[in-house]
Amino acid sequence: MQLTLEFGGGLELLCDSVKSHNINVDPQDGEEQLTMKNLLSWVRTNVIKERPEMFMKGDSVRPGVLVLVNDTDWELSGQLETVLEEKDNVVFISTLHGG
Amino acid sequence: MDSNGVEAARIRQEIDSLKANKRNIEQQISSLEAQLNQLEVNSNTVCPQPLFNGDLNNSNGLSPDMIYRYSRHLLLPSFGVQGQANLLKSSVLVIGAGGLGSPALLYLAACGVGRIGIVDHDVVELNNLQRQIIHTEAYIGKSKVESAAATCRSINSSTQIVEHREAFRTSNALEIVSKYDVVVDATDNAPSRYMINDCCVVLGKPLVSGAALGLEGQLTVYNYNGGPCYRCLFPTPPPTNACQRCADSGVLGVVPGVIGCLQALEAIKVASLVGEPLSGRMLLLDALSGRFRNVKLRGRSLQCEACGDDAVLTRQTFLELDYEKFTQTPLSTGPLKLNFLSPDDRISSKEYNEKVTKGEAHVLVDVRPTHHYKIVSLPNSMNIPLSTLEGRLPEISAALEKEANKENGSNASLFVICRRGNDSQVAVELLHKLGFTSAKDIIGGLESWTHNVDPKFPTY
Repeated sequence: MQLTLEFGGGLELLCDSVKSHNINVDPQDGEEQLTMKNLLSWVRTNVIKERPEMFMKGDSVRPGVLVLVNDTDWELSGQLETVLEEKDNVVFISTLHGG
Repeated sequence: MDSNGVEAARIRQEIDSLKANKRNIEQQISSLEAQLNQLEVNSNTVCPQPLFNGDLNNSNGLSPDMIYRYSRHLLLPSFGVQGQANLLKSSVLVIGAGGLGSPALLYLAACGVGRIGIVDHDVVELNNLQRQIIHTEAYIGKSKVESAAATCRSINSSTQIVEHREAFRTSNALEIVSKYDVVVDATDNAPSRYMINDCCVVLGKPLVSGAALGLEGQLTVYNYNGGPCYRCLFPTPPPTNACQRCADSGVLGVVPGVIGCLQALEAIKVASLVGEPLSGRMLLLDALSGRFRNVKLRGRSLQCEACGDDAVLTRQTFLELDYEKFTQTPLSTGPLKLNFLSPDDRISSKEYNEKVTKGEAHVLVDVRPTHHYKIVSLPNSMNIPLSTLEGRLPEISAALEKEANKENGSNASLFVICRRGNDSQVAVELLHKLGFTSAKDIIGGLESWTHNVDPKFPTY
């Protein structure tokens, strides 16, 4: 399954300062669907290069990170249970405080 | 040459004295204008007739001056007289007169908001002027609120400007915010953002929230018309080290400029009751790629600790909250000052300078990131960023050996420096573990070098 991942608000620093990633990831063996929960663990292993604790806490993202699936807050699509589809766009963005 | 120098000093002194006089006179004018505005406001309340008393049947309450000043607004069919009249009756509080607050205040003053409040405890510094465009060089060292208020008054003397020259704290928040219709969060730290949100929830005020860092910006409206508040989105504060500051990470001036302008726009929409405020949505700006992204956010959370159905937030509990503790971040934006090494493992910048002057054999490792090192560095220092330190130990060994050979085999000392003396301690601790047991850090880093050894050494 082809997905586009984007990191912003400083999270790109955890993956060699690359903001946009075109990835190819398939459901795990025995699973029919790819959920956000699966994707997060895949991202942690395959995309995050340093300080994974700045990206994840437990099996979800750390506090202060907004997750958007096709430009919509993942709270509206089921959070960790959100089922991903071909060509979906997933954005991880850290909230900013500067001004 | 000498008499030229004396003459130049005299002229500079005279310029400074004249500038001081000028500021003084400008302050007096601002203060008198404010008094005059207040009188006019009061007399309008006593006698609620339109200022214009000509023969025309003009019932919209706008004076001829106002009609002329705001004519381009009045000509907008979707804004018009009603939008302007609503705006003139409204009040907006801007918290923070920095990178976001500057452009927001300029537009809010120009557009005809009836009353504008400005909160900030800070003074204007030279390194603010690259982005905080409401301030000018003449106000360096003076209160940001005073400076911003003077600019606002010079743009529009018919808008009432209220100065709150104080830090925004739980103790004064409710009293200040209760006097305004709309709040603009233009602050720069996490505890302030939670505090402002909670205060707005308690008092039922819409909150226009903006943030900018580096080359990115974020904008949304909280607590508006049943929409989510800041805590609905971020119930748990982020870890302290996830909160970068402009003073550490940098910011391109125009980025908070864009977001601050958009905050003024949202405040104007909310205050004039025109358009569709950005509630339940967030605008994300990626300046580097020139992209805006408008995303849909969750609605109000029923479990929210501030605005949810079972929320216990009241005026009283708000006063008792400790936001610095909650976010583990200080409200003041002063830099972090670590001090965990034993005093034996540290030397002052003055002591280091003495060693250099005496020609003692040593190696100086500067552990700042390379782009910092390029701004300014001490002569004969070697740049090994903290993040790469472990992998570059052989370079340090080689440098120490070379230095010792110069001194016929005596041992060379190892010193570590950074910008403020925090990372250098982390580096020394690491070096000790890796066998460089004599490594010492220079207390207070390059900032201390400027303050205590060489005042001409640039700071940033």
